[in-house]
Amino acid sequence: MKQRWSGWALLTGALTISATALAADPGAAMLANACAGCHGTHGGSAGLTMPSLAAQSKTAIVEAMKKFRSGERPSSIMGRLAKGYTDQQIDQLGEFFSKQKLHFTHQQVDAAKAKKGAELQEANCSRCHLDDGKDGKDDTPVMASQWLPYLQMQMELYQSGKRKMPEKMAEKVKPLSKEDLDALLHFYASVNK
Amino acid sequence: MTLDRRNFIKLMGGASSLALAGCATQGPAVSAGSAAEIMPKGSARRVVVVGGGYGGTIAAKYIRMMDPSIEVVLVERNDHFVSCPFSNLYIGGILPDLSSLTIKYDKLVANHGIKFVQAEVTAIDPAAHTVVTSKGTLKYDRLVISPGIDFRTEEIEGYNAQTPEIMPHAWKAGPQTVLLRKQLEAMKDGGTVVLTVPLAPFRCPPGPYERTSMIAHYLKQHKPKSKIIVVDANPDIASKGPLFRKGWDMHYKGIIDYRKAAKVTAINAAGKAVLIEGIDEVKGDVVNLIPPQRAANIAVQAGLVGDDKKWCPINADTFESTKQKDIHVIGDASIAGAMPKSGYSANSEAKVCATNIVNLMNGRPVTPLSGINTCYSYITEGEAISVAAVYASKDGQIIAVPNSGGVSPADWSMVKTEATYAKSWLRNILTEMST
Ligand SMILES: Cc1cc2nc3c(=O)[nH]c(=O)nc-3n(C[C@H](O)[C@H](O)[C@H](O)COP(=O)(O)OP(=O)(O)OC[C@H]3O[C@@H](n4cnc5c(N)ncnc54)[C@H](O)[C@@H]3O)c2cc1C
Repeated sequence: MKQRWSGWALLTGALTISATALAADPGAAMLANACAGCHGTHGGSAGLTMPSLAAQSKTAIVEAMKKFRSGERPSSIMGRLAKGYTDQQIDQLGEFFSKQKLHFTHQQVDAAKAKKGAELQEANCSRCHLDDGKDGKDDTPVMASQWLPYLQMQMELYQSGKRKMPEKMAEKVKPLSKEDLDALLHFYASVNK
Repeated sequence: MTLDRRNFIKLMGGASSLALAGCATQGPAVSAGSAAEIMPKGSARRVVVVGGGYGGTIAAKYIRMMDPSIEVVLVERNDHFVSCPFSNLYIGGILPDLSSLTIKYDKLVANHGIKFVQAEVTAIDPAAHTVVTSKGTLKYDRLVISPGIDFRTEEIEGYNAQTPEIMPHAWKAGPQTVLLRKQLEAMKDGGTVVLTVPLAPFRCPPGPYERTSMIAHYLKQHKPKSKIIVVDANPDIASKGPLFRKGWDMHYKGIIDYRKAAKVTAINAAGKAVLIEGIDEVKGDVVNLIPPQRAANIAVQAGLVGDDKKWCPINADTFESTKQKDIHVIGDASIAGAMPKSGYSANSEAKVCATNIVNLMNGRPVTPLSGINTCYSYITEGEAISVAAVYASKDGQIIAVPNSGGVSPADWSMVKTEATYAKSWLRNILTEMST
């Protein structure tokens, strides 16, 4: 009998602890919904210089947030905001957005550039930017359907050295001309199904 | 020119008695509305949302997204909504019209199965869980109100119902915004614009200073001999002060005359004059008088304002009123701790409130608040500054998460980027509200 009682106590004790732990945790959806004012409902952006977060790979989001937080990746407000989240919360954000449906945009691109870009993608980028850039692998972001002005801004940051290019990307980008890169961006922006 | 208070009022002639009459009608009007029940409530649980602005649209949408078994009725007096954010760019002559700031409700309502009632809410009966509207009554299980602000015009002697037609506030976007721009366009070169800022808290802390920048921008381009006098009741610029000052020094030297700790206590609308602390008179060819503010009339009528008689105290996680059960107040009308009265805050608060209404209606524990505010202000057409922060609830209070947030770098390195980001901010937040 005595043993049973102490077992009870232990059990309820454990329950209480996990309940308070939960109570202090806003949870993934609560955290992520606050981002949607700038990044769109469920991370599908309508703003030309704002990336969609929907369907991004979890690692890509977590890494981006941590780099914003440390200042390694340049930003205007993302650094200030990222400082407001713990590692665990950043993980939850990554998890949440990685589970959302890819957000397709319908934007005007240069068809000739997009066509050339499709070939360049196949030959140079497709091993990491899988499935026309629709699928993110590890820390590789989803490129498909991102707004062209956003993609161009990021490419400029890479080219100027303000944003550090991952080595595996630098290798591929080096031989490409400015026109090639622009064509690639037009291609990614055009992928919408 | 210095005048004593009594002479000033005398100069206003009959205006002071008019003002009294004006005050009497300023208070929230309680009207019975039409007594018949519209949309009789069935067995489904129902949330009624009052106000289709920055807060209300999002609360309605997120409740439906999170629990489609809850019926949501959105009540709004207009069939469209005009955004205050970016309305300063229209006043500054940068935007040609208000169309890019205007949203309709049709897609939002269709996409999420929200029931929309275009009507004026004239009263709320918390005990009977009933909203009285100009079209009839509505029953609710829970009520969300996001009605924005109204003005404490009774604190300005001489203010009456006609004053906004002469001295526009343009602090609710729409016809007032258009009127202010028209007055600026009609002003002669060499004229003086007076902009008055009320004591904080008010809707959008950086708003008056962005407005100042945009009016100065307009004057510099079109009426270079003119100037703008800012009469600010606050001890200093209420938000992003050093950044605004830097921008003004760079672009608007000699155009902006900023006067702090100067509270408007009386006006002479006919003479286009404001009186500071009953003594100093400031005259303008155009007067943008932004009166002191409080929660919108309907919040006062429903007994939702606190001891200050201005704003609505709430629970920091659910936004449920501490004055009335089952009524939640979000947006500018609420006292949301560290979260400022901004559109982004209203958006973020709406989601927190929606999450917890769904939790409460399903017998689940409350989820602690996590919120964000991001607010851009333009200095010129191509330069903007920002303030941003992350919020959490702690011991029943909404606090800014320590060591996070802040304003744009002082070295001006981000202003061009932020001017482009601000446009995406607007597109995204208006799309969230309208789809
Ligand atoms: C000049 C200016 C610039 C601004 N710039 C920014 C900015 O850049 N970024 C930012 O984040 N914020 C900005 N703001 C602040 C922002 O506009 C407000 O904080 C935001 O609108 C608050 O949302 P709300 O839902 O509380 O009220 P609102 O958005 O005003 O919505 C209230 C709605 O309720 C309706 N309503 C009220 N009473 C009733 C009733 N009795 N019956 C029926 N309907 C009713 C109204 O018609 C309205 O549609 C700015 C404000 C101003 C004035």
